[in-house]
Amino acid sequence: MTDIAQDTAGSAIGGRVKGIPSGVHTTDEARKRLKKRYSMEARFKAYGIGAIALAATFLVLLLYTIVGSGLPAFTYNYVNVPLDLSAEKVDPANPAGASYNTIIRDGLKAELPFASDRKNRRVLYSLVSSGANVTLQKQVMNDPSLLGETGPVAVPLSDFADLYVKGLITQQTEFLPSSAATVSGTEGQVTVTAEDPEFTKILASLKTYYEREIELLAGKIEARGRSEASVISKIAGLETRLAGEKDPLVAQRLTSEIEGNKAALVKIIAALEKQKAELVTLQGHFDNVAMGGTLNANMPSFFIEVNGGTIKAENVTPTSVTGTAFIPLASQAAVPAGQWGIKELETPESFRKFSDKEIAYTDYLIAKGSVENEWNSIFFSAGASREAEMAGIWGAAVGSFWTMLVTLSLSFPIGVSAAIYLEEFAPKNRWTQLIEVNINNLAAVPSIVFGLLGLAVFLNVFGLPRSAPLVGGMVLALMTLPTIIIASRAALQAVPPSIREAALGVGASRLQAVFHHVLPLAMPGILTGTIIGMAQALGETAPLLMIGMVAFIVDIPASPVDPSTVLPVQIFMWADFPEPAFQQKTSAAIMVLLGFLISMNAFAIILRKRFERRW
Amino acid sequence: MTLEMTTDTLSAVDTTVNAPPAVSPEGETLKMRGRDVKVFYGNKQALHGVDLDVRKNRVTALIGPSGCGKSTFLRCLNRMNDTIDICRVEGNILLDNDDIYDPRIDVVELRARVGMVFQKPNPFPKSIFENVAYGPRIHGLAQSKTDLEAIVASSLQRAGLFEEVKDRLDEPGTGLSGGQQQRLCIARAIAVAPEVILMDEPCSALDPIATAKVEELIDELRQNYTIVIVTHSMQQAARVSQHTAFFHLGNLVEEGLTNDIFTNPKDQRTQDYITGRFG
Amino acid sequence: MFWTYAALLLLVFVTANVYGRFRAMQVAGNQLSVLHSRPTYHGGYLAILAVLPASVLLIVWAIIEPRLLDTMVINANAEIVEGLSKPQLQAFLRDARAIAFGGIVGFSDAGKEQTAEVFASLAKISLYLKTTLIIALVAGGLWYGNRSIRPQMRARHFVERTVMGLLILCSAVAIFTTIGIVLSLIFESLMFFRQIPIMDFVFGTHWSPQSAFEGAGADHGDTNTKIFGAIPLLVGTMLITFIAIMVAAPIGLLSAIYLSDYASTPVRAIAKPVLEILAGIPTVVYGFFAALTVAPFIRGWGESFGLSVSSESALAAGLVMGIMIIPFVSSLSDDVINAVPQSLRDGSAGLGATKSETIRRVVLPAALPGIVSALILAISRAIGETMIVVMAAGLAANITVNPLEAVTTVTVQIVTLLVGDQEFDSAKTLAAFALGLLLFCITLALNIFALRVVKKYREQYD
Repeated sequence: MTDIAQDTAGSAIGGRVKGIPSGVHTTDEARKRLKKRYSMEARFKAYGIGAIALAATFLVLLLYTIVGSGLPAFTYNYVNVPLDLSAEKVDPANPAGASYNTIIRDGLKAELPFASDRKNRRVLYSLVSSGANVTLQKQVMNDPSLLGETGPVAVPLSDFADLYVKGLITQQTEFLPSSAATVSGTEGQVTVTAEDPEFTKILASLKTYYEREIELLAGKIEARGRSEASVISKIAGLETRLAGEKDPLVAQRLTSEIEGNKAALVKIIAALEKQKAELVTLQGHFDNVAMGGTLNANMPSFFIEVNGGTIKAENVTPTSVTGTAFIPLASQAAVPAGQWGIKELETPESFRKFSDKEIAYTDYLIAKGSVENEWNSIFFSAGASREAEMAGIWGAAVGSFWTMLVTLSLSFPIGVSAAIYLEEFAPKNRWTQLIEVNINNLAAVPSIVFGLLGLAVFLNVFGLPRSAPLVGGMVLALMTLPTIIIASRAALQAVPPSIREAALGVGASRLQAVFHHVLPLAMPGILTGTIIGMAQALGETAPLLMIGMVAFIVDIPASPVDPSTVLPVQIFMWADFPEPAFQQKTSAAIMVLLGFLISMNAFAIILRKRFERRW
Repeated sequence: MTLEMTTDTLSAVDTTVNAPPAVSPEGETLKMRGRDVKVFYGNKQALHGVDLDVRKNRVTALIGPSGCGKSTFLRCLNRMNDTIDICRVEGNILLDNDDIYDPRIDVVELRARVGMVFQKPNPFPKSIFENVAYGPRIHGLAQSKTDLEAIVASSLQRAGLFEEVKDRLDEPGTGLSGGQQQRLCIARAIAVAPEVILMDEPCSALDPIATAKVEELIDELRQNYTIVIVTHSMQQAARVSQHTAFFHLGNLVEEGLTNDIFTNPKDQRTQDYITGRFG
Repeated sequence: MFWTYAALLLLVFVTANVYGRFRAMQVAGNQLSVLHSRPTYHGGYLAILAVLPASVLLIVWAIIEPRLLDTMVINANAEIVEGLSKPQLQAFLRDARAIAFGGIVGFSDAGKEQTAEVFASLAKISLYLKTTLIIALVAGGLWYGNRSIRPQMRARHFVERTVMGLLILCSAVAIFTTIGIVLSLIFESLMFFRQIPIMDFVFGTHWSPQSAFEGAGADHGDTNTKIFGAIPLLVGTMLITFIAIMVAAPIGLLSAIYLSDYASTPVRAIAKPVLEILAGIPTVVYGFFAALTVAPFIRGWGESFGLSVSSESALAAGLVMGIMIIPFVSSLSDDVINAVPQSLRDGSAGLGATKSETIRRVVLPAALPGIVSALILAISRAIGETMIVVMAAGLAANITVNPLEAVTTVTVQIVTLLVGDQEFDSAKTLAAFALGLLLFCITLALNIFALRVVKKYREQYD
């Protein structure tokens, strides 16, 4: 511990450093500092793990959202209806001319004969897709053996009916009462009376509803009361000012202002009175809810299912329910416990686009066993449509195929040629340097700018057709070119010079050396880069919007010059539609697109792994 | 507490803090002791059980042909091999009486006590001042800015660099010449107040004049530090070291006073190496 | 028509190739050794001579023909088309073409019928002319080539020079693309600036091109020049970019550090693909996610704190854009962090620094220029990103820094202005090109700057 003394004694060079005693690293203090440093270390490491975990969470969340909402769209619900396709209805000579709508409606009518009045019929017809006639026509044209007979035909449900069957419209709960019940009739208004108080559950739900309403209304009244008070004080203030005002003009203005405020006050008070009266009514309902009450569309709906019929609960007491029989009862017989049920539909009717009656009819069809869930072939075979259930991705997929074909056939040869020239032949001068800088910058130009280029040059100068995969492919080819060139150059660079020298040594020309020996060895790398570039192009949207590929196109494009759209643009368009069924289709289309992209990338990785060679 | 150096198994960590330091038969204090040190890189064994003592305030030179394991052994002494994933070390290495591979020993503390200077000068891309201040800063050795400045100045002085750089302490350390850079790295190492300094061929990237300066510095440093140096150059080993260990194919062939090794090697291989038959 | 000719030319190419080979063998008397070049090259020589000039003609023809026809038709029917505005004229020509060549006709009248006849007859002439010329070129090429096939002919040199020419042409495509981008943007922008003073555009604070024909100049059909101010768009772009970078920079950087210096092999095996998948997801998917999941979530979250949140808040778009560029930041930072030499890490570790001290005090400062340039590239990418903002950010051109409000961006406005049918030279459409030019200049400047920094940085450690 005599460092200082030693220090002064010893020569400057090589001596101990001033100010630090020896053994400084093993003191308690140092150990304490060390502990602190280690906690810092742990914290830093935790940040890193946190960052990775966050990124992974984002990915999981994104995929979960999309898969969760997209998966149901891969299947669709059809209702099997016996349809009369006899010669009487469909002329075998001219099957296209028949009224398939009528045929389907007749079939449905026969299925639910009790839906006899116009209103009920309309509800019934709305259960199947409005494009069902087109599907049926196509089915008949493709398979004439269906003609002349009455057989069950699968008719697609409407989009909301489909969502309901998939359980995406409302949650359902069923209760099995433990006592017997009697019914007052089979049609129209029917009362179900149970031996024990079985319907308290419904009343409990009603009570919650009233509670919430009262709370809401009380809040509103309070707010109104506050504004009332403020208007009153404002009037008072104005009146004092008026009393002290000498200037007649100002006085007049103040008077009119007071008038205006008073009128407003009257209105507020009237509204307040009304709300207070409402509150009293509600409170009354609430107080008496144990005795019974009336249900409305803003609270969960309840069905009583008894004797094969469905009654929608309207007036409820603890032991009885009165309501409309949506599905008529088979008999008026008393039912023992366990043979009847109460079904709760949690989402209030006014909050969904699928009415109670539609639900009752659909349930009836399901109970009959005629609804079946099938692979959604429409989604994979149809083009765009305004009707969610008739819209498919096939048109967009074919458009994507044409676009990619054009992109590949342009960017691959051009990109590889450019890479060969730049890597193998180009002299190192200002020109080639310019090209290189150019390529690097092009790789970072926003994709939408390529779209502007396509619009200004390909469409307006060259006069190529709008919305065509040809133009889309050309734009995407220019966009992927840098990726392919850069990847190809890297692949060519990886081929050792000895291969070239060997080829040149046996008398090949430089071109022959490259094309016969270097290029085949570099091919796996080039292909990998190309696939990655194509995957980018496949997912690209923005530039295609610029050249009109965002059009609504029903037909499947038959060539690269037909108007069409592509998968990502289809996703973009569908994402804008408000119908929930379209939201699911969007997610499903995203899943298809991601499937393509992931398999392309996986293929590229396999290619790289398989042919990767190190020299 | 036996301190017999012949035993191959030493107690892992000496719990009695004030245990007397180990001494060599000649009465010199042993700063570090390696016993049966084996190193594996994956499946490949790089060291086959090396026993070597490092004497306090002496320069110990590790010599041998390329790939003989001398650098590997050096890097074991402050556990720099920890940074290599596939590297595994067996055996015991003691610093004073503590086994440095004991889980209770902290590697950060160890490296503060056993500093290292690398083959290629590797100043940080910071100013000269910041380069030297780096160690004291991270270890919290300076209480104030004045303290820190004193430590930096003193370290540069001890490394014989102060006069050359005192006017440009704010300039980047990477702007110095190779020899100066290496002395900067030595200054950086002694600023942490280590007990042992490991040098891995510190002069191999330097010209002869710079080499001479660094060698001179090593000799000066010996008074206060224990130094282990790996070198390729016989002459350098002869010039700077008091003890020499000859490694060959992962084995310690021979060790002893530098003079003895160079003038009277016991092993044929040492003889061959010194006389230039291989290497 | 074009494709038929192309297919025919391909056929000629193959035939000429085969024939050239045969011919070469013939002139050599079936003795390969007397030929300077192998027969394949003679085939190639003949095929190139026969097809190349004709192909060039075909392509040039395809590009000029429609324009030329239009001009000639308009000249021939000057009295019919007189007084039509440009879009009307376009529609007129479209219909006339449809009548002449088949297609969907909007509606037809006598004038269009007459024009269609002119179209048809001109097209016929053009077709004859084109066919004749192509046949002549092919025949000429074949004749000349056939005549010049001799044993000592240097066919290989000719073929190789042609191939080389093609290679050079292909590498020039990149230049042509850049020139095309710059010229088209500048050209259309100049037309825009003829109507709107450039100062009003760059420094204007009011953006509402939808009302282009309202206000002061509306009566005269003039464009109101004060509604094309780009400042609100730039502010909106900056706000969203800022949010995105705030998300992506720490997450991307920290994950790069963790992956390069801490992660064990299995962790890396999971984390790397996660980042790669994030990078591979198309932007339209991110946009959908932003609009459908994140925006409502932020709105609900804000409202639970009593904040008013726009359903198209800048925060939602920025957040999702940030997620999108995380892999971009992390892979670029990974590169620069790995470029810091191991000797510096060893030097620091040898002094007894912990890993985090080494990273924070040695590695990061050393890698700083690289990291900065990575962030600049990320910013440039965020500025140019389109789909996320189109789907999740609004159209309201507000000047605000409140992330809970709706803002709009340059790219959103380009898309809004150009999607849907519009006449091409209205100020509204041209404004999109002016915005495109602005976008191009900003991103180009950022890229060049960043690439230069990276290059300098690389040189430092190479």
